[in-house]
Amino acid sequence: MDIRGYRRSDGRIGVRNHVLVFPVSYEMNQIAQSIVRQVPEAVTFRNQHGTDQSGDDLTQTLRVYNGFVTHPNVYGVVILSWGHEPYDLQALANAAVAAGKAVELITLRASGGMRQAVQKGVNAATQFVKDSASVLQEPVPLADVILGTECGGSDACSGISANPALGVVTDILVSHGGISILSETTELIGAEHLLAKRAVSKEVGDKLLYIVDRIEKNAMKMGVDIRGAQPAPGNIAGGITTIEEKSLGCIHKAGSAPIQEVIEYGERPTKHGLVVMDTPGHDIEQLTGMVAGGAQVVIFTTGRGTPTGSSIVPVIKVATNTVTFDKMNDNIDINAGTIIDGNETVVEVGGRLFDFMLDVLNGHQTKAEKLGHREFGIYRIGASF
Amino acid sequence: MHPADNVATALDSLTAGTEIQRNESIQSVTLKSNIPFGHKFALVAIRKGSPIHKYGEVIGEATVDVAAGEHVHVHNVDSLRGRGDLHKEEPNE
Repeated sequence: MDIRGYRRSDGRIGVRNHVLVFPVSYEMNQIAQSIVRQVPEAVTFRNQHGTDQSGDDLTQTLRVYNGFVTHPNVYGVVILSWGHEPYDLQALANAAVAAGKAVELITLRASGGMRQAVQKGVNAATQFVKDSASVLQEPVPLADVILGTECGGSDACSGISANPALGVVTDILVSHGGISILSETTELIGAEHLLAKRAVSKEVGDKLLYIVDRIEKNAMKMGVDIRGAQPAPGNIAGGITTIEEKSLGCIHKAGSAPIQEVIEYGERPTKHGLVVMDTPGHDIEQLTGMVAGGAQVVIFTTGRGTPTGSSIVPVIKVATNTVTFDKMNDNIDINAGTIIDGNETVVEVGGRLFDFMLDVLNGHQTKAEKLGHREFGIYRIGASF
Repeated sequence: MHPADNVATALDSLTAGTEIQRNESIQSVTLKSNIPFGHKFALVAIRKGSPIHKYGEVIGEATVDVAAGEHVHVHNVDSLRGRGDLHKEEPNE
């Protein structure tokens, strides 16, 4: 099956053609905001990372940066730096060039100040927006699509309605040769034994058990009951009592396909089919990790109506119940609450959701895109210094 | 959700005293309190320390004796996972 997308020179497939203004640290956020105010066709986000990090933690941040500037939904990128970063920004720019992007690297100190840096950024972004219009959509294979799956603000309906419907979408996409990412390692606690049985090999199953054990040990090390963080207060209000219960509902997103591989946060899948990425349950850190891993589209099921989105990837919101669909209608694209109401089956909603995903891949804007949601956050594995 | 489950999920807000019919072979349950939409109630009496089953899997254990028809939630169920609070090292004297 084909969709209409943008074929990039590195062989990857984009479903959007964004000009991304990329602040590499929080010091650059104001400049980035000033640029997109003047070039509203460009996108940006607020970054809280990129300085005072070290070791594995910094490596993880740079992996995410690399994933964003080379992302197939991006046509061109304006990289904004201060000039004091303890890492090689030219290497980041080179990676974007190698992926076929139009690239401008702007350094504040070398630009002679804030106003000059903004002007340079406006000039570059304006040119990239103009040039991006000459890249046309063409038929591209659905098999090259990576779907990120996410559930946020889960309630007791998540595991009965929206997540099983998303599982249907995962199974259809995988049957067409595409990739679906299951993540939220915290929300695999208590369900990992079921998933490990679906791994294609003992090694893959063992890695899955390892990442779940690692995140549970981290909670143990803090000496806390993770209840309150997982399940979160909104989950508990919705009727979810324990992390085990949340997890057993969560994994329905993954359908029934075998698990091909387990990858680290922000890594690109190397196999087609269902893959597991190690992320926290934190909605934005999870979303950012999957986008960095190359997901061109995300389907986000929500019981409580979580209002979030990504700067460069369309996020499809699916309500688990009709009450939330009605209350949060500005934010929600699809209602899976019809399953709870007894008006539709899981398979029917899954089919409807798959068709809607095809529309979105072909260019239809999601509500999160129309509302300008551009959240960004990286999973921290070390302290700030 | 599963034949082995000892709790069920309310797909509507249910009021105390409502009789919930399971099926022909299993006895019905009368709700002891109001059950909010999405929340769980016990299908059978569950002894303190016994596992709570939903989706046919263990989702925690009862912290007190729970009667059939009672609301089952954070006040009478504990998670068995991610419990660093139970494994906290005692500070040395």
